[in-house]
Amino acid sequence: MDIKEYIESGILELYVAGALSEIESKEVYDLMLKHPEILDEVLKIEASIMSLSQAVSPRDSKYIYSLIKEKLGLGGSDSKVISLKEPRTINWFNYSGWAASILLAGGLIWALVQNNELKTQITKADTDIEFLETQIENANSDLKEANNFIATLRDRNIITVPLDGQAVYPEAYAKVYWDKATNSIFLDAQGLPDPPPGKVYQVWSLKLDPLTPTSLGVIDTFTTDNNKIFVINNPNESEAFGITLEPEGGSESPTLEQLYTLGVVSNNASS
Amino acid sequence: MQLELLISKFQQKDERAFNSLYNMYSESMHGIIYNIVRDNNIAEEVMQDVFIKAWNNSASYSPQKGRFFTWILNIARNAAIDKTRSKSFKNSKKNLDSQLFVDILQNNESLDNKTDAIGIAKFVKKLKKKCIKVIELLYFKGYTQKEASETLEMPIGTIKTRNRNCITELRNMLEI
Repeated sequence: MDIKEYIESGILELYVAGALSEIESKEVYDLMLKHPEILDEVLKIEASIMSLSQAVSPRDSKYIYSLIKEKLGLGGSDSKVISLKEPRTINWFNYSGWAASILLAGGLIWALVQNNELKTQITKADTDIEFLETQIENANSDLKEANNFIATLRDRNIITVPLDGQAVYPEAYAKVYWDKATNSIFLDAQGLPDPPPGKVYQVWSLKLDPLTPTSLGVIDTFTTDNNKIFVINNPNESEAFGITLEPEGGSESPTLEQLYTLGVVSNNASS
Repeated sequence: MQLELLISKFQQKDERAFNSLYNMYSESMHGIIYNIVRDNNIAEEVMQDVFIKAWNNSASYSPQKGRFFTWILNIARNAAIDKTRSKSFKNSKKNLDSQLFVDILQNNESLDNKTDAIGIAKFVKKLKKKCIKVIELLYFKGYTQKEASETLEMPIGTIKTRNRNCITELRNMLEI
């Protein structure tokens, strides 16, 4: 992958803006971990947007923090328990007036506290609603993503390559959907078991005669990915695709004894 | 790495981590929010909502989904835009759609005692009009590429490259 070209494409600026889909953001994240240049670029873009938006801030915002803390009920123990000592001599006539006013004051404070609590509950409920609304929005955009994926699968120019299980794990299977127009493959790897600790799956593009493997990268997020669909860049003239189990970080060439799945691109499809 | 540690502490409800993150991002979010609502009191209200929401929903953030800055930026933009859609806001305010963030920078009144901002204002005036619009929509308003391409009537691909060029120009000015 050409890092410079990737940076120049403008995708990182969109990443910081939050204008990428979840799948695309995930890709950027993976690449940032692998390539410090990409991370560095992202940090600089972020810093420039931060300076710009800070400049637009009309006034200092530090004081707002104390309001937030108060609303969240954070910040130490302001309400200490005070023990009341019993007075030695009791003058009922004097004290009854005080007692009445203390009761009244207590009642008022109690009402105020209740009122404040209700207010915080309302604020909490409001933020919960907003949070749920964003979740609905997120679900909608996930749906959009899924629909895009279906649309991609239905595209007539997509080459489908089923990958069958091999000796080491015959039950395994996977599918590659190869979009030659965008030089990318969608790998559906749901049929693979979770890799053991310390190991990762590595995806290979293969030329058959003579057998020449080209690494398309490792899937280091296999276990955490929910739908097990991975978008991978593939500019190669692949004749077959294979997936092997490799030590973390991947290998230079595939460990064939750990070949999990393999599938050949059929001739009439690859045109 | 420091930031990652702060964020994970924040997610474990560590108040000091929350305070540090607030100090890092609040001014920037204040700018984003103020640009949308254009009212000091309302901006202050939205600021509180945003950081309360961030605290209450800290578990929903994951670095795989994006930068922490982007996460809080999203909350801030959504909360501010929601506010402008509320009935009370609509009754009290005129249409703000045509205003841009640069107007704030060019209005010296609001930049009292903010020398950084005055410095940036000088640079930003040199940014091309096209750049100002793209930056306004993508960063300050949270438009998607598609929405920006429809609003500015230009192809989606152009938005991406233009935005890249504009941010590069901004970075050159700020020497970042």
